[in-house]
Amino acid sequence: MSQPPEALQTRPRVGTGFRLQWEPAQQSWVLLFPEGMVKLNGSAGEIMKRCDGERSVDQIVADLEGSFGVQGLQGDVLAFLDLARGKHWIED
Amino acid sequence: MEAPQPSTMQASAMTATNGTPLWLLAELTYRCPLHCVYCYNPVDFALTERELATDEWVRVLREARALGSVQCGFSGGEPMMREDLEVLVAEAHRLGYYTNLLTSGVGLTEERAARLKEAGLDHIQLSFQDSTREMNDFLSHTKTFELKQRVARMIKANGWPMVLNVVIHRMNVDFIDKIIEMAVQLGADYLELANSQYYSFAHVNRDHLLPSREQLQRAERVTNEYRARLGDKIRMFFVVPDFYENRPKKCMNGWGNVFLTITPDGTALPCHTAKMLPGLTFPNVRDLDVRSIWYESDGFNRFRGTGWMKEPCRSCPEQLKDLGGCRCQAYLLTGDPANADPVCDKSPLHGVVTAAVEKAQRPDRERTSVHPLVFRDPMQSRRLTEAAGVPAAAHR
Repeated sequence: MSQPPEALQTRPRVGTGFRLQWEPAQQSWVLLFPEGMVKLNGSAGEIMKRCDGERSVDQIVADLEGSFGVQGLQGDVLAFLDLARGKHWIED
Repeated sequence: MEAPQPSTMQASAMTATNGTPLWLLAELTYRCPLHCVYCYNPVDFALTERELATDEWVRVLREARALGSVQCGFSGGEPMMREDLEVLVAEAHRLGYYTNLLTSGVGLTEERAARLKEAGLDHIQLSFQDSTREMNDFLSHTKTFELKQRVARMIKANGWPMVLNVVIHRMNVDFIDKIIEMAVQLGADYLELANSQYYSFAHVNRDHLLPSREQLQRAERVTNEYRARLGDKIRMFFVVPDFYENRPKKCMNGWGNVFLTITPDGTALPCHTAKMLPGLTFPNVRDLDVRSIWYESDGFNRFRGTGWMKEPCRSCPEQLKDLGGCRCQAYLLTGDPANADPVCDKSPLHGVVTAAVEKAQRPDRERTSVHPLVFRDPMQSRRLTEAAGVPAAAHR
């Protein structure tokens, strides 16, 4: 069995200066930062809330696939995490 | 003090424009140790009496949060002048707001910083008037420059994200490189280079403040050069004064759409300068709950959507893009808040904007008709109010 690539072993957490929280009024997860907010769509929220610095990307993918009863999410999750890292929403 | 001006509120990041007051701006007091010449507080601020009490603010925080408010800005005046600031921050934090303190730094001691940290304050926006002691102290009419440097270090030491806000205008726009270098040296995470918008005291002082086109172009070029060099070490926002645009800004991201301002005496406003508009009454949180204010009051409903528009906005294909621009600018420059914002070159009154811009291209020595700078202080406030013929009895 091959080692998972490095990208799957990182343990992302919410970026410094950002706060992730569930907003009942908007029925969505939001990222809060100085004087601003990003409203996350459903799947982005599900990924972000698992970025706790404890779980590896591998585990996050497995957890999502288990929770939603689907397979093959790895590509989508990695793509989102790349975008989120670029915006400093997460750090490793 | 400079609260974030409408166009610097990162409104584009506020994607959820679902018509709930996501942004609550709590203007705790008009008291302020500074006397900035571009202050956006109403020129008649000195007539305001009876600030809301702690328990009234707590009720406002709870009611707005229940409606969906999530960003809370504590502003003023200088919010540090309120001794109950820590209590209000703690309550806002407990309710789940992201809490922002917008301050000149005056009054932020080590002890208060520690108490604010303990209360759960999320972020501090510190205003600088300029990068040099001389200009900072001249523009704010105080000796605060070194104090601000100290406060900036204190903010970093407490681990808060730091936004530096510098209002840009004719007198400091040429030193934008120095301002950026100061922000980097202080370790700011964000730098707002917000050109003064022309309301309140900045309206009174406009001929002193509006930069020339050449000054602006140079400043923007320099800012872009620093952006390229610094990468994402510091995020910089450069906001052009909309006098130099030919379409108006979508002011406050739409009237009564995202922003709710509560003034020191409890008046609820769709933006922090709307109180100047004639023919409208704005409700007070002492009389009405926030839900009724937001959804039912005439003040908040009057300029929502497009139904209130006159020509050229009424038949304009771009009406949803900018919603007719800014109601306060329309009133200040044309006398009627329901007119198109004259920044728009489709406005028949666009000439008032181009005339101000043309005047700004002339060198200072040719602008002798300009009256001396008016500094924001209670005496000037009373003088300007009297000159405008507004009876003091009209105010609470």
